Amino acid sequence: MIGAFVIAFREVIEAGLIVSIVLAATRSIPGRSRWVVLGIIAGITGAALVALFAEKISEAFEGTGQDMLNAGVLIAAVLMLIWHNVWMSRHGREMAREFKAAGEAVRSGERAAAALSVVVGAAILREGAELVLFLYGLVASGTSGVDLQLGALAGIGAGALLAAVSYFGLASIPSRYVFAVTSALVTFLAAGLAAQAVQFLANAGLVEALQQTLWNSSGIIPENGLPGRVLHALVGYTDRPTALQAIVYVATIVLMIALTRMGAATKRQDARTVGQT
Amino acid sequence: MGASIGHAAAFLAVFAAGLTMGPAQADDLPVIKVEMRDGIITPTTIEVPANTRFKLEITNSGTSPVEFESTELKREKALAAGSTSSIIFRTIDPGTYDVFDDFHPEAKAKLVAK
Repeated sequence: MIGAFVIAFREVIEAGLIVSIVLAATRSIPGRSRWVVLGIIAGITGAALVALFAEKISEAFEGTGQDMLNAGVLIAAVLMLIWHNVWMSRHGREMAREFKAAGEAVRSGERAAAALSVVVGAAILREGAELVLFLYGLVASGTSGVDLQLGALAGIGAGALLAAVSYFGLASIPSRYVFAVTSALVTFLAAGLAAQAVQFLANAGLVEALQQTLWNSSGIIPENGLPGRVLHALVGYTDRPTALQAIVYVATIVLMIALTRMGAATKRQDARTVGQT
Repeated sequence: MGASIGHAAAFLAVFAAGLTMGPAQADDLPVIKVEMRDGIITPTTIEVPANTRFKLEITNSGTSPVEFESTELKREKALAAGSTSSIIFRTIDPGTYDVFDDFHPEAKAKLVAK
């Protein structure tokens, strides 16, 4: 029972933390719940499909299908996170104040929420497929007792609880700072996902450069321990990063900062133009 | 946003094409077989060739799902009961690597590349 609990809990943590960050980041956007729920449903459906066709997917692209799919899902999530942060740099601050009433802003805000619903779906799809396989196995094998199934359910519950706690933690940040905090979280999240994506591309043989391991911190924070997994979900921690992963990580952060600065600059310009007319 | 959805659709289309292609040149690779059964990995020392492509074919012959994983090699693969799947390795440096079953924490093995 403890084993099933731990396994289910571990599999839920990563997607759960990503969902809680997304929920916090979209807090000021009206109508975002619909999108988040849509993302969750799409993610679970996708995870079930991936689990169902696991063997078929694995065989695709000369045996690299699973890596290619993971890389694709992660890259889509990274693009959406970058787009979301750029959008927020232009509109986020107003949203928190007077902007809510304007219909145009609401529609525009829906696009930002839609982008993050893709991120929610991608996170659940990525992490959920393994959990679906595990749970299905528990139910289908017939040999596992009710205690195992209860353990797994409790594990999922505990994972969801951790996600809820981190969401309410983020939500309790005063609205003055919440924008800066969620932007930073989304930036690190995107960098971590980009570094994972490039590793999947390397596993698939599509990139071969810079594969030497930069450092090994598995003795201090092992990646598959609980702190390692939480850090992995939040900032993309990995205990043996390759040089390429590190470069992609830093490059994503630099790109994100550059684009949001540009977004903020455009906003100031817009404000000046409006002021003159 | 529209462009991103376009990219996602293009990716899915390419991916669907890949699904129907199946393994083409993967057949002439050295194949190393691993069996996983309800918390037992056989063999406990998996010998593989170093510095060359090979295919690790993993069979789950047990009644519970397994997840072959190596954090050192950055590879993982979950398998339902009764299924077989492979991981293609491009090149591994000579050495010994820990592998484990993420769904059966007591199950451990070593992958030795020579």
